[in-house]
Amino acid sequence: MVIKTEPFVINIGPQHPSTHGVFRMRVTLDGEVVVDVEPVIGYLHRGIEKIGENRTYAQVIPLTDRLDYLASMTNNLACVLAIEKLADIKVPERAEYLRIIMAEAMRISSHLMAVGFFFNDLGAMMTPVLYMWREREKLLDLFEMVCGQRLTYNYMRIGGVSQDIPEEFLPAMKKFVAEMPGFLDEYDQLLAQNEIVLVRTKGVGILPKETAINIAASGPVLRASGVKWDTRKADPYSIYDRFDFDIPVGSVGDNYDRYWVRMQEMRQSVRILEQAIAQVPEGEVRAKVPQLLHPPVGEAYGHIEAPKGELGFYLVSDNSIAPYRFHIHPPTLINLTALKDMVVGWKIADLIITFGSIDVVLGEIDR
Amino acid sequence: MKFERYGIGIAKGMALTFKHLFRAPITVQYPEEKLVVSRRIRGNELVWYLDRCTGCATCAKACPQGNIEIVTHPGSENNYVVDKFEVDCGRCMFCGLCVEACPYDALAMGRSYERAQYRRRDVILSKDQLRLSDIRQPSGYARPLIEASLPKQSLLVNANKKDGGQKLSWLGLSKKRGRGV
Amino acid sequence: MTLLEQFRLWLGGHMWPDWAAYLVPGIAGIVLVLAFVVVLVIVFIWVERRLLGRFQIRLGPNRLGPEGIFQPIATALKILLKEDIVPDKADKVLHWLAPVIVFVPVLMIFAVVPVGQRAILTDLNVGIVYVVAISAVSAVGVYAAGWASNNKYALISALRTVAQMVSYELPVVLAILGVVLMAGSLSMTKIVESQSIPYLVLQPLGFVIFFLGTVAEMNRSPFDLLEADSEIVAGYHIEYSGMKFAMFYLGEYGHALAYACIITTLFLAGWQGPFLPPIIWFVIKVFAVFAVIVWMRATLPRLRVDQLMSFAWKGLLPMAIINLFVIAVEMLWLPEINLWILVATNIAFAGVLVLLWSRLFSLGGGRVEV
Repeated sequence: MVIKTEPFVINIGPQHPSTHGVFRMRVTLDGEVVVDVEPVIGYLHRGIEKIGENRTYAQVIPLTDRLDYLASMTNNLACVLAIEKLADIKVPERAEYLRIIMAEAMRISSHLMAVGFFFNDLGAMMTPVLYMWREREKLLDLFEMVCGQRLTYNYMRIGGVSQDIPEEFLPAMKKFVAEMPGFLDEYDQLLAQNEIVLVRTKGVGILPKETAINIAASGPVLRASGVKWDTRKADPYSIYDRFDFDIPVGSVGDNYDRYWVRMQEMRQSVRILEQAIAQVPEGEVRAKVPQLLHPPVGEAYGHIEAPKGELGFYLVSDNSIAPYRFHIHPPTLINLTALKDMVVGWKIADLIITFGSIDVVLGEIDR
Repeated sequence: MKFERYGIGIAKGMALTFKHLFRAPITVQYPEEKLVVSRRIRGNELVWYLDRCTGCATCAKACPQGNIEIVTHPGSENNYVVDKFEVDCGRCMFCGLCVEACPYDALAMGRSYERAQYRRRDVILSKDQLRLSDIRQPSGYARPLIEASLPKQSLLVNANKKDGGQKLSWLGLSKKRGRGV
Repeated sequence: MTLLEQFRLWLGGHMWPDWAAYLVPGIAGIVLVLAFVVVLVIVFIWVERRLLGRFQIRLGPNRLGPEGIFQPIATALKILLKEDIVPDKADKVLHWLAPVIVFVPVLMIFAVVPVGQRAILTDLNVGIVYVVAISAVSAVGVYAAGWASNNKYALISALRTVAQMVSYELPVVLAILGVVLMAGSLSMTKIVESQSIPYLVLQPLGFVIFFLGTVAEMNRSPFDLLEADSEIVAGYHIEYSGMKFAMFYLGEYGHALAYACIITTLFLAGWQGPFLPPIIWFVIKVFAVFAVIVWMRATLPRLRVDQLMSFAWKGLLPMAIINLFVIAVEMLWLPEINLWILVATNIAFAGVLVLLWSRLFSLGGGRVEV
């Protein structure tokens, strides 16, 4: 007698402890094995692109804070780069260095959060999260010192940054940068060679190199699959060509490689920070820009290497005070399209951690 | 990346967790111990100076959401008299663009972050509530003179030092206890 | 001759009728055991939350009472005051019965735990077999809870439970058999008394197998995928609230306490120790075992279900069989040898087996073609 089984559909719904936001997946399961995944998004749609068409260029920057709310500085930076390209504005030297310092510190903070919650999904009961948040707390204190807030910074302005840094910022940042490699070694000791982590993440959720290139993935997801592509080296913006850093590249493209690439990127960010702190020149931090900017008719695409991938802003201007079209290219939405290929054939537990390793933030996907 | 088996990786992880038992916890017991906030904090309120405001409404034009409502009438000495200056702090996202835009330094961000009210209409601040007082202190965001007079922020990076750091007690036995003790 | 039996003889000698002389010590003993269990479970809840907090560089709960000792009582009160929600299409009888089936066997285990010399509720001469039999009943309760909830998440978790609990019984029983062979008796008091050197040292491999097996039976990290918070949102007790959830919650800590007591009895020489009274030593050892269990929970992520099963069947079970075989050989051919030579042999042998098994088999399951 043959026992008949049939697949059933389960709804890993918008309210779930580990979907990193309001994200819904309709998963078809055959026993424990995943047969089909259908993501449903749109629960956090706020219409930022439409709102942006009714705001002046200076007023649109606080809106961009709320896209990837865990990496606010880089969102601001991408938007401001696009506007400066449109209106052809030159940024003073000191402002460029301050922007790089903020962007790299933001990258460390975002990766700490991503790796911490990746291990939380694996089941290590908040311990890696709390250890990594201790370092993130130090960074958030430094950001608060500069611009007054801890999550939505609104620090970059068209033509520079909003205010100069206080004099205790650089010594505190130097102290942080000196201590950080020691803490990164501690995280490696805790989890990088743990047999359970290796068994759960190695070889699981593989994204092959050709698929990654074909779906236009970017960021750590792309680099873990073996493609050496980083916008900071391929199309350098700001003054990244003056700094000396490497790009970590994974080999196989499984969950362990994505985690490993993020840990190595944190080390490279610390390197860039050390060089930038040593070279900051004096000067003013904000170019003279009219309050109601009228850029010439045209379009511009400003893209940066955000912690999650390539974040791009496409602005179309018609010589008025507000953009005609304000479009955002979110890296995590593009990376998410690979979820089905990575996960079919594995089990539920692997679905959750693969989704965690792509490192989504729903604010960016739904805008 | 060496693949170590035999349970050594697990043992190293557990040794690290054991080492953390002997480090001081970094918890701040909130209502009794409060951290010194940044000198440029963009707190949940605004502070308005009546004597410096000329009713030009640059702040209202700079606001991305239109939270500031200003009504004026022409006065006798070739100026505007401000009748109504209302800020809807419920919709405000405290981005600080209004403070940066004011040409007369008549507006500043506040320092307090404990401004929750029970009713929505209590969050809309009128011009008398917005003025400087004991409970409404300005912060140094875009106001360098005010910033210079405020105490320095407590930083976790300096946590083990006496200057600028938060001194926490070992074993978490805080001297100040909560309710019910 | 336990203390309760002496009490009964004393009552009978003072002209009490037989049924009263049987009933009164019995009830007194049951009340004492229940008090012991309830107090220790409450202290365990407090210890776990504070200790977990200290491992994670934060304070645990410290608001209610000095250093938070009234927190478990507040938790219990909160759970009692919650509304008892039963889903519409759930199987009402099973839904009500499942927490009972999970919780009662836990209490029954404590009947044969020796907390001191001659201080045991009943000195069964098949004590350890009774423990093994009773602890297997909880699996039925968990499966009933998962099925009766009419919820797909609960069903997935219930099926995983049955697989896990059944497959970890075998290595546990075989490790126990190793201890029994060396002690020469199935009775718990005799096992404790025969440990001049604790069996932790004499049978290290048996201890490791038993410890990992009972951690898996208790559904704690790293084997806690039944209530994996981040995947299936609380597993089999997802549809329970109120007093029924309190039964599951207390049952989990009751299980932890019960297995810690069994480990202490079998491997750590129970209540033996210098200077202090025996019951104090017993409680100290139980707390030490529980602290190690909390330490493992704070550090380790969890295994996937197929990796768990292959760990039991391909890893622990063969090692347990070989361990039993070696101990039987030692007991048969070298019964009078100096115990320290046995210690050295067993430690070397355990090291060799662990190294060999790590080389030879792999835990990861591959991708399934769909």
